[in-house]
Amino acid sequence: MAGAIQAPQAVRAPSPTSAAVEAALRAGRRDWAGLVAATLLLLTLLTSLAILFVLLADVFGRALPVFAERGFDILTTPLSARPTQAGVAQGLFGSIVLTIFVVVLALPIGILAAVYLEEYAGDNAFARFVNTNIRNLAGVPAIVYGLLGLAVFVTALGAGRSLLAGGLTLAILVLPIVVITTAEALRAVPLTIREAAFGVGATRSEVVTSHVLPYALPGILTGTVLTLARAFGETAPLIMVGAITGVFRTAPGSILESLEGPFTALPTIVFAWSREVKDEFRALTAAAIIVLLVVILTVNAAAVLLRNRYDRRW
Amino acid sequence: MTTAISSPPPVPLRVLDLRIGARRRLREGVVRTAITAAAATSILISTLIVVSLVGNAIAFLRDVEPSALLADGWFPRRDMFSIPTIVAGTLVVSAVAMLIATPLGLGAAIYLSEYASNRSRKILKPILEVLAAIPSVVLGYFALTVISTQVVGRINPDVSIFNLAAAGIAVGILITPLIASVAEDALHAVPNALREASYGLGARRLATSLRVVVPAAVSGIVAALILGMSRAIGETMIVAIAAGATGGSLFTLNPFDPGMTMTAAMTSLATGSDQVRGATLAFPSLFFVGLLLFGITLVLNFISEAFVRRVRERY
Repeated sequence: MAGAIQAPQAVRAPSPTSAAVEAALRAGRRDWAGLVAATLLLLTLLTSLAILFVLLADVFGRALPVFAERGFDILTTPLSARPTQAGVAQGLFGSIVLTIFVVVLALPIGILAAVYLEEYAGDNAFARFVNTNIRNLAGVPAIVYGLLGLAVFVTALGAGRSLLAGGLTLAILVLPIVVITTAEALRAVPLTIREAAFGVGATRSEVVTSHVLPYALPGILTGTVLTLARAFGETAPLIMVGAITGVFRTAPGSILESLEGPFTALPTIVFAWSREVKDEFRALTAAAIIVLLVVILTVNAAAVLLRNRYDRRW
Repeated sequence: MTTAISSPPPVPLRVLDLRIGARRRLREGVVRTAITAAAATSILISTLIVVSLVGNAIAFLRDVEPSALLADGWFPRRDMFSIPTIVAGTLVVSAVAMLIATPLGLGAAIYLSEYASNRSRKILKPILEVLAAIPSVVLGYFALTVISTQVVGRINPDVSIFNLAAAGIAVGILITPLIASVAEDALHAVPNALREASYGLGARRLATSLRVVVPAAVSGIVAALILGMSRAIGETMIVAIAAGATGGSLFTLNPFDPGMTMTAAMTSLATGSDQVRGATLAFPSLFFVGLLLFGITLVLNFISEAFVRRVRERY
């Protein structure tokens, strides 16, 4: 198949290519059309830039008075129906715990699964099936994972509407993305590295742990860190498993107990507040968004720095 | 063959000596099992998704009045589960989103791949990456506070602040980076020989880009658009915040109306606006809508994968 010679396209009578060439040769000296086209194309990118700028400026402008008035007080105060007192402390706690769930569950399982696909499986039917399956899972809308969490963790396993159920759901949601990004990083490690290790008598697992994983680590880290940032902003599945969108009081107790109680997360609070009718909540929502964006953009920047620092061409 | 000269006679190396020890072999086995188990969890996850969706969806179909599925609107509290209503809402939002994201995404992809110098690429590409990092709740808020009032409100002054058009525009912004990045990959995969051949024939950059590179990458570009469409259909938070109609909605195809998409119907069932525990059918109806959404996105993703494979096979 690979060696098959493809019929040249120009065989078909007036091909678009030759027409284009003819038109281009006939045009005047200065390529006005090309200039206009280039400008238009650049304009599409600049539109995206403008949207991004307006978004950040709008949110920042609305949030500034809140921060000016209350300092960073909203980071430490709990939810409240009164906008002047409400804060995101519970959401921040919830989001951190959810991220820990993702780190502890999704990263190891995802990395191992990627090692299986890239280093162990070869081209057998099971591996092909797993591969297709993971690609499909990566395309399933986040809210459907929320339904899975609701049916399996909240109801069937009896975890209730809790951080435990939310954490498990988020971990499952990001697992396919972790597998795909890790597999990509593993694939970038040249075969010769593996052959060198096999040549001195290393077993497959020794090759992977001593050679492949260390070389792939920067790529894996960048991918997983970006995945964590995505998980941090994920809202829909948490709402499905019952993250609180109203007000609740966190009962004093151990961390372990708080895993089973009602919970919320930073993006869930943004959702809840953005639907509030009171005008003061508009500004407060913007302040919560700033907190959310600072976390996500910092993590993203860290991932990009990591990528640039350790980027390696073989 | 070799003749030993030194005094202690060398022990000839046998093949058996190269065999790994029992402990190392055991370790290999354990590692292999653990790794295979990790890979198998993905199958468990898919099974759980399908089982939980299908089980509850069947329960819903068994109990629901067939006429309720074709009622005038989606009002779960009044046992009106009009599927056409939420599918129409989803289609309107996705259509508006594609209208925004197709030119923005493809334009950006063509510029980055065919026009930008390496230096300007390094500056321009992060714009899309930052835009891709913005969570959808934030875009939902943006849709409500800026897009709805400043953009949609100017086009049609008597529109309510909650409307499908504002949500659609925001979803379009959300999927622009995705479309741009997949399409750019496809354009990048076109071999340089094609461009050189085109330049060699005297074609300019515009002709080369639009008549040679884009047609060669068309499968990948179509894949990017389908993938974007699939993401738009599954997008939840923007519509839940900005499309309005939290309690329910009448059938509408007008983008300036408030409306309800499949995903928004699900979040509104799950949050306080429609108590999930209240109506007996509301809970299973969630899963029926979820199954519908799952099916639609799965089909779209399959088609998109097939298009991507075509690009890979050719070059």
